[in-house]
Amino acid sequence: MEVAKDPKTRDGRRTSPVVYDRACLEEVCGSCAMRVNGVARMACTALIDSLAQPVKLEPLAKFPVVRDLSVDRSSMFESLKRVKAWVPIDGTYDLGPGPRMAESERAYAYELSKCITCGNCLEVCPQVNDRSSFMGAAPISQVALFNRHPTGRMLAAERLDALMGEGGLDECGNAQNCVRACPKSIPLTTSIAEMFRATTAHGFRKLFGS
Amino acid sequence: MGVMFNRTPEGLLDFRRFGGTKFHRTAFAGATTGQQLLYALDEQVRRFEVEGLVHKHEMWEFLGLVRDSDGNCRGIVALDCVSMRIEAFPAMSVMLATGGPGIVFGRSTNSVINTGTAASAAYQEGARYANGEFIQVHPTSIPASDKLRLMSESARGEGGRVWVPRARGDKRAPKSIPESERWYFLEEKYPAYGNLVPRDIATREIFQVCLMGYGVGGKREVYLDLTHIPRKELDIKLGGILEIYEKFVGEDPREVPMKVFPGMHYSMGGLWVDYAADPRHGTLDETSPRNQATNVPGLYAAGEVDYLYHGANRLGANSLVACLYAGKIGGPAMVRDGRDRGARLPPGDGAFAGAKKKWEMEFARLARLSGPENPHVIAEEMGDWMTDNVTVIRHDGKLAETDAKLQELAERWDRIGLSDRSSFANREISFVNQLRNMLVLARVMTRGAGRAPARGVPRRALQGARPREGGHGRKRASARRRELPQNDDRRAHRGWPADHLCGGEHVADSAAPAEVLRDRASQRLTGKLPPACPERSASTSAARTLRPPPLTGRSTSCPTDRARTSSRS
Repeated sequence: MEVAKDPKTRDGRRTSPVVYDRACLEEVCGSCAMRVNGVARMACTALIDSLAQPVKLEPLAKFPVVRDLSVDRSSMFESLKRVKAWVPIDGTYDLGPGPRMAESERAYAYELSKCITCGNCLEVCPQVNDRSSFMGAAPISQVALFNRHPTGRMLAAERLDALMGEGGLDECGNAQNCVRACPKSIPLTTSIAEMFRATTAHGFRKLFGS
Repeated sequence: MGVMFNRTPEGLLDFRRFGGTKFHRTAFAGATTGQQLLYALDEQVRRFEVEGLVHKHEMWEFLGLVRDSDGNCRGIVALDCVSMRIEAFPAMSVMLATGGPGIVFGRSTNSVINTGTAASAAYQEGARYANGEFIQVHPTSIPASDKLRLMSESARGEGGRVWVPRARGDKRAPKSIPESERWYFLEEKYPAYGNLVPRDIATREIFQVCLMGYGVGGKREVYLDLTHIPRKELDIKLGGILEIYEKFVGEDPREVPMKVFPGMHYSMGGLWVDYAADPRHGTLDETSPRNQATNVPGLYAAGEVDYLYHGANRLGANSLVACLYAGKIGGPAMVRDGRDRGARLPPGDGAFAGAKKKWEMEFARLARLSGPENPHVIAEEMGDWMTDNVTVIRHDGKLAETDAKLQELAERWDRIGLSDRSSFANREISFVNQLRNMLVLARVMTRGAGRAPARGVPRRALQGARPREGGHGRKRASARRRELPQNDDRRAHRGWPADHLCGGEHVADSAAPAEVLRDRASQRLTGKLPPACPERSASTSAARTLRPPPLTGRSTSCPTDRARTSSRS
C-alpha cells in the first residue's frame, strides 16, 4: 500500500503502480498467487522481513499474463467444469436431511475442501506446459473430494471418465512438486494416487461391462 | 449442496455455540464454515454455467444503474476491468449482492474489494440506505498495516484469556511478566462471564483499556493468551486459526500470547429493502415481488449489502443464514417482478445509450485528472478518521469533525492526480471512482451515527437530555429504549423488528432536498446536542474501571446515563 502511494522506478523516477490481484489477504480467495524470489506462493503470506532483499516478483508463468503480476487463471476453472466438481442437486423441492456421514470421513474431506484454486500446484508442475493439456493437481484432488461425498458420488463415473480423457490423470509425471507448493497443505499426491487406483478399477469395469 | 459439516459420532450434523447464544444451534464445517459455504455456492454456479443457465461476466465492475424516465431500473452499466470497456447491460430486474463496505474504514476483516461502491452508487441514484451507522466491531482481530484478520471467538471459547500488563507501557516479553502483574480485565470486571462476554462488551472494554494507555507496549493491542493450554489440545481444536496467526505474525501462538485488537467486521446497515406480509397469518408472503426489493422499481439487494435481518447487532453465523434466505426469497421475487412489471415496460433504448455515454464521459474525465492530490492518501485518511471516530465510541463533537473532514476529503478528491494513465487493466482509475463512492458512504455512516437518540451496538458518548422533537420513527425508537438497557445487545437484538426501523429519518434518502439534510445534520451535530460525557472521554481511573460492575453490562456508562435510564423505567 505504501508502494502504491508513491510508485517509483529503481532510479527514482515516478511510474504507474504495479497491477496485481488480491482480495482477502488471508489465503482464502487464491487470487494473489505469484512467484516471490522465484518461489510460487501466495503473496499475502509472504512476510517481507523473512524474504531475501531485494524481493523479486514475477507473475505465474503457466497462465496468460493480463498485466504486470495479474494473470488469467480461468483455465483452472474450465478444468473444474470438465471434471464436474460439484454435488448434483435438484433443489426444486425439499429433499429432507442428507445422508449420515462418519466424522472421520468428513475430517479427511475437509482437508481436500481447503483448495483455494490459487494455481501454485500448476505453476510448479513440469507436466503443465505449452505442449500439454494437463489439468494439474488441483482439479484431480477435487474429483477425490466429490467422489467421497455421499451425494457427489452419483457422478463418480463421469468424473473418472473426465480424468481418463485428454489432459487428465495420464499426463501426471509424478514429480510431486504440487504437494510441496500447496499453501493449504492439501495431500495432493495422495489424491492423485487414489484417483489412479479408482480410474484403473473404473477402466476394468468399463472394459468388462460390469 | 456439498458442504460437509462436522458430524456427531452417530453421523448426524453437529452443532456449536456462538457468542450471545445459549444453545448449540449452529452447524459448522471446521473453523471455516463461511468459506466452505462460499465454495459450495461457487461450485453450483459453475454447474449452472455448464448447463447454460447462468452467464458470468467476471472481472467486470458495477458502475451505476440504468434508470428510465419513469425511474424504473432497467439494467446496469459496468466496466470491464481488463479492456476498460464500458457497457450497459439490460435487465428486467437487477439484484445487488455486493457485500459490505469494510474498506470505508481503511482496515477491516473484510476483503479489500469490499468497498461498498455499488451500494453507494445505487444510493446516489435514488436507492435508500438504512441504518448505515450499525457497524459491528469484532473484539479480536490481528492488527496489521494492510488488513485486519479475524481471530475467531472460538479462541476464547476454548479458554483463551485476555490481559494487558498492569504497568502502562511495560516493555517486557509477555511470558516474563508474572501473573500478579497481569491485568485480566474482562475476568475482573465480569466474573460470571469472564472472557466470553458478548462481542460488543468485549470490544468496548478492550478499546477502553487501550485508550487508557494500558495497551501492550502503549500500542492499541491486548494479549489473547492460549499458552496455558496444552499444545496438542490447541492443535486439535483451534489448528486452523492458529495457523493463520502464525503465518501472518510469524510467532507461534502456542508459545507466545497473541496480540489482538477490535476490528471493523460487519455492516448491519445497507440498502433499504422491503418485504410483504401475508394478511392471512401475518408471516412473510413468500410469493410477493416486494421481498428484498429496494425503493427503486426493479432493483433488489441481498446479503450484507441489504439492511435487513440483523437489527442493530449481528449474532455469529447469522449473516450466512441471512444471505442464503435473502437469495431464496429475493430470486423468485425478481422473476415475478420481471414478469408482472418489467415485461410491460416500453423499450428503454434511450436510457441505455444515455447511461453508457454518461459513464464513458465520466471515465474519460477521471483519466485526465492530474491534480496534486494522491488518491491513496485520501483513502488512508478516510479510513483512519472513520476507524477512530465512527466505530466503537462515538463522540458527537468528533462525529461533526469527521463529517467536516469527509467533506474536505471529497473536495480534495476533485484535485486528484492519476499516476497510471494506461487504458488497459488500469486499476487506479477504478479505485478513484470507488473512492468517491466510499466518501459518500462514509458520510452516510457518520451522519447516521449522529442521529438522536443513538441506536444500536456502537455506543455514543452522550450526556443530558436528547432532543425531544422528531417524527414517528424516532418516538417509537425512544419508547423502545425505555425497556431496553442500551448496552445489552442480546435484548436489543430481539427488540428491533425491521418495520420500526424503516419509518424514521434515519433512512438516508438522497432524494430529500439537500437543505433539509443539511439542516438536520447541523442541528444534530453542532448546537443542539450536549458535549460528550467527560467521565468516559477523559482517561478514567483504573480503580473505577476495576470495580466489578453489575452484570447487566452497563459498566462503562457515566452516572448521568444510568440515572436517566432508571428514571425512565
